[in-house]
Amino acid sequence: MGNPMTDQAYTPEKQAPTDGRAGKKPDIIRVEGMHKWYGDFHVLKDLNLTVAQGERIVICGPSGSGKSTFIRCINRLEEHQQGKIIVDDVELTDDVRQIDSVRREVGMVFQQFNLFPHLTVLENCCLSPIWVRKTPRKEAEATAMEYLERVKIPDQANKYPSQLSGGQQQRVAIARALCMKPRIMLFDEPTSALDPEMIKEVLDVMIELAGSGMTMLCVTHEMGFAKTVADRVIFMAGGEIVEQAPPHEFFSNPKEPRTQKFLEQILQH
Amino acid sequence: MTEPTMKAPRKAVRPVKWMRENLFSGWFNTVLTLGVAYLLVTSVGPLLNWFFLDANFVGSDPSACTGAGACWVFINQRLNFFIYGFYPDELQWRVNVMFLLLAVAFVPQFIERFPGRKWLGIFGIFGLPVVGYFLIPGGSFGLEAVESSKWGGLMLTLVLAYIGIIASLPIGILLALGRRSEMPIIRGISVVFIEVWRAVPLITVLFMASVMLPLFLPEGVNIEKLARALIGITLWQSAYMAEVVRGGLQAIPRGQYEAASALGLGYWRRMGLVILPQALKMVIPGIVNTFIALFKDTTLVLIIGLLDVLGTVQSTVSDPTWQNVATEGYVFVAFCFWVFCFGISRYSQKLERKLDTGHKT
Ligand SMILES: Nc1ncnc2c1ncn2[C@@H]1O[C@H](COP(=O)(O)OP(=O)(O)OP(=O)(O)O)[C@@H](O)[C@H]1O
Ligand SMILES: [Mg+2]
Repeated sequence: MGNPMTDQAYTPEKQAPTDGRAGKKPDIIRVEGMHKWYGDFHVLKDLNLTVAQGERIVICGPSGSGKSTFIRCINRLEEHQQGKIIVDDVELTDDVRQIDSVRREVGMVFQQFNLFPHLTVLENCCLSPIWVRKTPRKEAEATAMEYLERVKIPDQANKYPSQLSGGQQQRVAIARALCMKPRIMLFDEPTSALDPEMIKEVLDVMIELAGSGMTMLCVTHEMGFAKTVADRVIFMAGGEIVEQAPPHEFFSNPKEPRTQKFLEQILQH
Repeated sequence: MTEPTMKAPRKAVRPVKWMRENLFSGWFNTVLTLGVAYLLVTSVGPLLNWFFLDANFVGSDPSACTGAGACWVFINQRLNFFIYGFYPDELQWRVNVMFLLLAVAFVPQFIERFPGRKWLGIFGIFGLPVVGYFLIPGGSFGLEAVESSKWGGLMLTLVLAYIGIIASLPIGILLALGRRSEMPIIRGISVVFIEVWRAVPLITVLFMASVMLPLFLPEGVNIEKLARALIGITLWQSAYMAEVVRGGLQAIPRGQYEAASALGLGYWRRMGLVILPQALKMVIPGIVNTFIALFKDTTLVLIIGLLDVLGTVQSTVSDPTWQNVATEGYVFVAFCFWVFCFGISRYSQKLERKLDTGHKT
């Protein structure tokens, strides 16, 4: 299982970007020797990763390489069988209370939006703040409107998800996750179910979010996005982290043959 | 607005054109149309005659029925029995109060924009059973007690159906959730419960409840026959309800469960706020179907000696003072059931339309 990049601990500080965010930041996610199986199928193999607070990470790799499975392990939508995952100083175990406390701090955006169709946009956004954070309704609605403004659809607040376009739905999904004031945001291919003309509106929102200092883990094949906002790009294949590097290095000078092949393939299109 | 709003063109419907397109398109449809028209013409007349024109409405005994049509005098005369059973006359106001509350709670549900409609509905579901619990049997608050053996007629039918419906839905929901639980013990219990009750005919359940249950109960514990029947009906019905609800739960995409989990909602909130509202909405037709079936199945209590509306009519029809009134009696029973079942069905259609928010997804 040994591969040169994962065997040594990766320290983001060394290649800290030059936008003034350099300096020692505490680790907010630590994954140590993590394995996962689906039945007999070994999906994730010895993953190690530390993410500093405020870091923006893009994960890419071929289909079936375990990218979704990996980020879904970070908020325990999937269970890992070996190794450790520590999010914001809480270790993910079978303890439901710990899982729920991690999920409160980790927002997630899905490929298929997964808005609740029986609730309006505003209700979608307020649901969790009201029931989980116990925020008073008025306050939750005010916060929700703030975030809806940030994703540029405050005028749709009282519509139902089915009345919105895909791009709008995905922006609502981002706002809904942000309403919980999470410390980490996970994105699983947020733009790949969208028509090309809607991709930009969602990416713009994500770029804006990245600028606000949010810790982000983002599975995406939008290489332009990776180049603009990522502090680090991680390449996964066959359930392993094959290579990780800052974007300029990753794209101009990939070290692993598998990475080179993958980049060749996607840059052709 | 830069352009004037345009209305979609309305389709003009001309009767002759409509008939040609819908009733006489092709020789087969023409034959069918004519055939049906013939049947209608030949049957409507006699039916009208029997129901109204040749029927007798006023009078006080069988001799008033002189016409060739229906003898509605019979229904008139025995209406009290058909509605209240043996419930004492001077206490029937208590049942009437319940009828009134039932109407107050549910009739407004059909009227859009009725003020406080929602609260009346909530009262109907949660408050009404509580009021009924004290009012109908009496025995507290200075109300004279009326044993359940005296209850009967339409009132008994409604008690059975109402409690069966209101209790079986929540139990069914819990069983459905249990059957999909990740905990093996809870799942196992739910599966066994559902499969056992669903595999037994209601008649058997009622027989067991009335004859066998007392044998199993410890000495000194005595549950009334009506209560036993109610428990039997409710549990039997909740097994059916559980399967209907499970169908809805299964139809909810996994992404909904995941999104709710990712937002930090715990199991009960996830189910109560996200999954069940969607799942139940999806299976409203199935739920209502089950309600209506239950409403009609309550007539089976006849075989354990409880006189529901069908029972009261049945026992009166065989009374020698009234002869040949069986048809009238059964038409009356059918009408009673139809009114309630049709009401339930209409309401569910309204509800379905109102709750429809997901046009595309
Ligand atoms: N519930 C499951 N049960 C069994 N195998 C699964 C399950 N979910 C995913 N897998 C398998 O695990 C592997 C990794 O899946 P995953 O969805 O994480 O890949 P991915 O990198 O996100 O791919 P894509 O780019 O297509 O989304 C795949 O081979 C997939 O078939
Ligand atoms: Mg994936």
